[in-house]
Amino acid sequence: MYIGVLYSRIRRDEKLLLAELRERGHEIEKIDVRRERFSLDSTTANVGDLDLVVDRCLSTSRSLYATRFLASYGVTVVNAPETAEVCADKAKNSLALAEAGVPTPATEVAFTKEAAMEAIESFGYPCVLKPVVGSWGRLMAKIDSRNAAEAILEHKETLGHYEHKVFYVQEFVDKPGRDVRVVAVDGEPVAAMTRSSDHWLTNAAKGGETESFAVDDRARDLVERASEAVGGGLLGVDLMEVGGADSGEYTVHEVNHTVEFKALNEATDVDVPARVADWLERRAAAAASDDSAADDVDEVTI
Amino acid sequence: MTTETDPVLAEEPITGEEIELPADVEVGEIIDSPVTGTELEVISLDPVVLEEAPELEEDWGE
Ligand SMILES: Nc1ncnc2c1ncn2[C@@H]1O[C@H](COP(=O)(O)OP(=O)(O)OP(=O)(O)O)[C@@H](O)[C@H]1O
Repeated sequence: MYIGVLYSRIRRDEKLLLAELRERGHEIEKIDVRRERFSLDSTTANVGDLDLVVDRCLSTSRSLYATRFLASYGVTVVNAPETAEVCADKAKNSLALAEAGVPTPATEVAFTKEAAMEAIESFGYPCVLKPVVGSWGRLMAKIDSRNAAEAILEHKETLGHYEHKVFYVQEFVDKPGRDVRVVAVDGEPVAAMTRSSDHWLTNAAKGGETESFAVDDRARDLVERASEAVGGGLLGVDLMEVGGADSGEYTVHEVNHTVEFKALNEATDVDVPARVADWLERRAAAAASDDSAADDVDEVTI
Repeated sequence: MTTETDPVLAEEPITGEEIELPADVEVGEIIDSPVTGTELEVISLDPVVLEEAPELEEDWGE
């Protein structure tokens, strides 16, 4: 198959995936989004003959636009721009989960520091303030007191660009020192790990310790529904255990659409890049048969 | 003739020293400079050109 990879930085994750795809004999078109231009009906990127493009953009804004343009030319892109749109923004992400009935931490959005202060006071302390766009736990605040809240809100209002004036306030979830990352393809878990830390931010990017995690039925069900809620695809679903490590109850705090899998590959026995490549092959084959079905229809109507 | 296992040699863009890159290096890949510790981006492979990698931006991530 002929597979395009949208990127601006080849991380270990992309290297693993590229190696796996090449080993299987697929032809790869690496598309550095920084070098391309996208007009309303075509692009300088060489996408014409591709069976599928996989979006591995590190930059969320580039991911959002590049996938949208490619999809408008009729190129099959995973993940779809609609999925990127929901996952790229924590407020939209939370709404999609809630609308699908997936348990997710109680969240409020407010647009002024006064309204945000009211949200914070109504959650009580501690609670959490997150930027709507961002990752790896950056610029996230656990707010322990009214004094801290006032300082953070003032800083954000004064120093932040407009997105930081969308205040995303969330209940603090008393998790057992870890959270759970499940990588899934169209809702089917590929592998999962816990990320543990003494710090309240447990993500691997913040240096949390990773360990393989067995997905139970409840988590499996939530991953499937969370995936569906954002339109499916290759996703990283993040859950926190509520009521202790063995309670079997979870809340899903977000779904990531350009998921990293290097840490997961190291933490588990699963060959994650191989499972991802399997799925890409299935998606590319499905896209090809859709195309030929469309061609058949044309032949009939002519 | 180069083979897949030959190390790739490149000039460190800050100090000008010659450094060795892994044999399977890719265009677009980020390498930690063995000399300065700086993140370097592989701009091209033929010839091998390295540049200081872009700084982290706020919208980067998963
Ligand atoms: N409401 C919460 N209560 C307690 N801990 C939380 C809460 N939300 C997030 N965390 C912790 O903070 C970490 C980062 O949260 P979150 O995933 O929302 O941020 P992020 O910057 O989008 O990270 P990434 O994209 O890498 O997953 C989580 O791994 C979790 O340990």
